[in-house]
Amino acid sequence: MKHTISMTINGESVTAEVDSRLLLVHFIRENLDLTGTHIGCDTSNCGACTILLNGQSIKSCTYLAVRADGAEITTIEGLSAEGTNHPIQQAFHDQHGLHCGFCTPGMIMRTVDLLKNNPKPTEEEIRWGISGNLCRCTGYNNIVKSVKQAAEEMQKESESV
Amino acid sequence: MIPSNFNYHKATSVKDAIALFQNHGDEAKYMSGGQSLLPMMKLRFATPEHIIDISKIEGLSYIKEDGNLLKIGGLTTQAEMEHSSLIKDNYPIFSDAIKLTADPSVRNVGTIGGNIAHGDAANDQPALMIAMRATIIAEGSDGQKSIPIDDFFHGFYMTALEPSDVLVEIQLPKTKKGSGGAYHKVERKVGDYATSGAAVYLELDDSGVCQEIGIGLTNVSTLPMRLSRGEELLKGKKITEDLIEQVGAFASEDCEPTSDLRGSEAYKRSITNTITQRMIRSALKRAQH
Repeated sequence: MKHTISMTINGESVTAEVDSRLLLVHFIRENLDLTGTHIGCDTSNCGACTILLNGQSIKSCTYLAVRADGAEITTIEGLSAEGTNHPIQQAFHDQHGLHCGFCTPGMIMRTVDLLKNNPKPTEEEIRWGISGNLCRCTGYNNIVKSVKQAAEEMQKESESV
Repeated sequence: MIPSNFNYHKATSVKDAIALFQNHGDEAKYMSGGQSLLPMMKLRFATPEHIIDISKIEGLSYIKEDGNLLKIGGLTTQAEMEHSSLIKDNYPIFSDAIKLTADPSVRNVGTIGGNIAHGDAANDQPALMIAMRATIIAEGSDGQKSIPIDDFFHGFYMTALEPSDVLVEIQLPKTKKGSGGAYHKVERKVGDYATSGAAVYLELDDSGVCQEIGIGLTNVSTLPMRLSRGEELLKGKKITEDLIEQVGAFASEDCEPTSDLRGSEAYKRSITNTITQRMIRSALKRAQH
């Protein structure tokens, strides 16, 4: 059964015909060629496929593309303008919040939602906040530092506005 | 992993959902958040021919106090509960439980109603519902019905809901002076299903006598379990340390866990004892606050 769906991805309108069973992560990677969103476990454990759907982080391996009809989606590619870094991306760079980088797009998209709900998280709140995103390299310490730096930078930015 | 083929239908209202269900018969299944159902479909544990998406129905996401009840709309997400100031301030038992359920991204999609309607004794919400003696409001082809929680869970993935029923509301006692609840589960890793979990809700009168008590246990029996023997012991009494220890012992005796990857039967009985005791103390402290 085919469905015509329309959504906004990274600010651009997209219309496509999809099967009922197509997963959102496959739609993003294969139909739209946005391969920054990764597939890790494919069982909603690891968070590598995390994207923003209407501003909230979701695991796109456990969401049907057809259900995203009408939604506004942001992937890692849409977080900042070409050639610039979002404060969260910059913080992961500055604090060495990654080794292999496989979890990083998901980790960053999750952090966007975390800091939106809690702009000044404690270390414990950061650790709970990223508990659905697995990293097998860093041991998380540098990721936590990255989130902390991003929170501080974004706080400064919002105060200066 | 991609689920096997199915047809997708978006319901725009509860009536629309029921009509869609009646058109598509036995092989149809409702999906709310889909955070349990879709993984099962990907693993081919579930192969519905028709998915009726109820998540877009408007007006079923709310958390409100009405008279002496707390009313939660069936499509309220776990995250909406987590971020609600009403819940954070007055119903800490939910904050206890939701923090331990899956992870924030799953909670952005998964619903409270779905967590209950799924009928899985490993889910966290059923124990809370048992402890607080929830009433489940469902709407089906024969109109609305209210189902007391003790009549709700029938078996593994089976509930009192008819296949075409939509869980529209959950009703719970409104928090009041002298009431308190708490939940905890032991988990192997964050976001896992419970190795064992205990929910306790109680109401004390002005002299500290326990007037109402509910104890629900997670994932230590086929059905979400009420610890009746423990409730009977505490009701009508001032809760003492001795009584709490006895209830803990009842919990370990009455639960029916099986040995699996999460632990041996003996281990599960032992921790069920410990967390039941801790949750009674924690609920008591909140009720006295």
